[in-house]
Amino acid sequence: MLGKTAGGLFWMFRFLERSENTARLVDAGFRIALTRSMAAEAEWASVVGTAGVRDGYLAKYDEFRAASVVDFLLRDRSNPSSVMSAIDSARSNARLVRTALTREVWEATNECWMAMKEVLRRPVSENDLPDVLATIRRQNALVRGALTGTMLRNDIYNFAHLGTFVERADNTARILDVKYYVLLPSVSFVGSSLDNVQWETILRSVSAQRAYRWLSDGDANPKQIANMIILDQRMPRSLAFCTGQIRENLNLLAANYGVRLACHDQAEAAEQRLLDNSIDTIFENGLHQFLSDFIVSNRALGLRIEQDYRFYG
Amino acid sequence: MSDAPDFFDELSGYDGAPRGPYADFCSWFDRQDPARLRRKSKEAEVFFRRTGITFNVYGQQEASERLIPFDIVPRIISAREWARLTRGIEQRVRAINAFLHDIYHRQEILRAGRIPVELIARNEAFLPQMIGVSPPGGIYTHIVGTDIVRTGEDDFFVLEDNARTPSGVSYMLENRETMLQMFPELFSRVPVREVGDYPKMLRRSLAACAPPACTGRPVVAVLTPGIHNSAYFEHSFLADQMGVELVEGDDLRLVDGRVAMRTTQGYTPIDVLYRRIDDDYLDPLNFNPASMLGVPGILDAYRAGQITIANAPGTGIADDKAIYSYMPDIVEFYTGEKAILKNVPTWRCSEPDSLAYVLEHLPELVVKEVHGSGGYGMLVGPAASKREIAAFADKLKSKPAAYIAQPTLALSTVPVMTRSGLAPRHVDLRPFVLVSPNRIDITPGGLTRVAMKAGSLVVNSSQGGGTKDTWVLEE
Repeated sequence: MLGKTAGGLFWMFRFLERSENTARLVDAGFRIALTRSMAAEAEWASVVGTAGVRDGYLAKYDEFRAASVVDFLLRDRSNPSSVMSAIDSARSNARLVRTALTREVWEATNECWMAMKEVLRRPVSENDLPDVLATIRRQNALVRGALTGTMLRNDIYNFAHLGTFVERADNTARILDVKYYVLLPSVSFVGSSLDNVQWETILRSVSAQRAYRWLSDGDANPKQIANMIILDQRMPRSLAFCTGQIRENLNLLAANYGVRLACHDQAEAAEQRLLDNSIDTIFENGLHQFLSDFIVSNRALGLRIEQDYRFYG
Repeated sequence: MSDAPDFFDELSGYDGAPRGPYADFCSWFDRQDPARLRRKSKEAEVFFRRTGITFNVYGQQEASERLIPFDIVPRIISAREWARLTRGIEQRVRAINAFLHDIYHRQEILRAGRIPVELIARNEAFLPQMIGVSPPGGIYTHIVGTDIVRTGEDDFFVLEDNARTPSGVSYMLENRETMLQMFPELFSRVPVREVGDYPKMLRRSLAACAPPACTGRPVVAVLTPGIHNSAYFEHSFLADQMGVELVEGDDLRLVDGRVAMRTTQGYTPIDVLYRRIDDDYLDPLNFNPASMLGVPGILDAYRAGQITIANAPGTGIADDKAIYSYMPDIVEFYTGEKAILKNVPTWRCSEPDSLAYVLEHLPELVVKEVHGSGGYGMLVGPAASKREIAAFADKLKSKPAAYIAQPTLALSTVPVMTRSGLAPRHVDLRPFVLVSPNRIDITPGGLTRVAMKAGSLVVNSSQGGGTKDTWVLEE
């Protein structure tokens, strides 16, 4: 496979994942704004921070008002992480690697792009927002379904998955990092309505409300929430799940090509570091520090993969 | 059905009754609900958008992707008509390859005085770097798209030879695919010859021209300028259909004298490169030094027998519009036979007498730039305003050698579906020819381009033209 093709696949799936996560963040912010209008501005500010686009946003707006945040995160082409920009980039990469994709995957991606252009043609009103967000998730799911259902399980598939999980690990870590203070025991007032809402937001941001109900004893508990999102290998958006998938796909590449590279050691070390922790040690050593370190090492791993597999000339 | 009796309509001739090749189709068509057919037309557009069969238009603000309009009425060619066309095309393609070999070696045709020396020597399409070079398998033009127009029952003309990098074959294939999906019942009633083998034959044809340096199974790749090129869809489509890599210049470099592509596991040599970029951009070391699209040194590798480039560099001299008017002589010189397919009479504006005639008759003529393509920078006299004609006359006088002129041909029409039923529109035809050392394959059919505007003679997609599925009937 061409190095460029591997890179195109990796970034196609990073951008698809990003678009879905951005939509999910907007969904969580929207929910809070509806239920707690007093805290809305702070909540939208933290959504923008989580998406990692605070500077770009402040260059354009002074206040964190719902309409402008939603517009910036969903439609604004000057924001490279907006849903529309991300879908554009995903499709450009898909065109670049068209020969590596089945017709089904290409068409699902192209249809996703057409659907997004349609629903994001005009600013999205509050009334339409739930539908639009659902469309984004559904279109993403169609691409994923086509990928799972029609693609050969070879290096193409591995690079696609690496993109998905490197991006997802980053997004999940950032969601936690922006909200880490509400998970800290020192400021938690168990049962207070503020915390319940905040925790709910975190769970909603990673689509884990239902999983949490089933896996926990029902009570919202910051340590359990953090444990699930960081260390639970059954949770498909947890850091442990993502690092496991990255390691697995890299190992499949190593077996397929018959060569182990620096990125393989790096991925295994990263996973080991994560799993050596318990949620207690993470809290003892500092949740924020832990998440910052994770984000840095995840980014470094992404760069290592790009170099080891010659994405660029 | 035809309200333009001045033109030959391929469905209804001059008198309105369906011609033989269209009989089966018409009996089917007459029993269809017009509303359903119009709905199908819309469906086709959705199908093309979803598939991403679009092309980028140059010279527009946003790099927009446009659909080429598709018309659901097929263009139908009888077995007898096709047999004659293929004999004529094959003859012409053989002559072109012989001409190219000659012009880059002994230049017998110039010595014999059949073509003026300065026409070659001062022609930008002639590549001195190719002098004395023999391409692998002796083939210069692996892929040719011969543009043919029709003006009557038995009158076919070759309009252009397209011996560089002809495009449009993906539309031929996707148009058929679309028709098969929309009207499967039609294909069980009408015996239409298959076109779907083209990618397989293309790959076989390319592999048959592997260079001396190739040891195992030939590695083939398609070279594209990138996703912003107007024909990118076709490049990726062909690579995908052949099951070969689609590469750009920055994926390639010379490794141990061979052209190699950067893969996830290091550099892999390429044996045959189907390039879809122009000569000028192919090699910044040997041609345009500013080119970012090509591969530095690829021409040196080519001359050393390390890679096959399809089509060979320098083939443009054969389809140059200034050379075109000499094609009947070229065919006769190399095959010893009269040309089976006619040339369109052509005035070379470089010749003073011709120029005078052309200037006097501009409103009746089609004037083309010698080095232009895609319908850009041409004048269609009968469709032009007085002011446009006056402006063009000035351009012509200042650079006469840059132009040729041809009579406005009474191009045949084929009906298209319009809101008010069938209406005739002018068409041309581009069959696709594959040349390998032992054989010439012409896919039965080709790309029918159709002017979507009533009365228009310009079929180029860049100028709003559409396409039709092209059927060649079984014997």
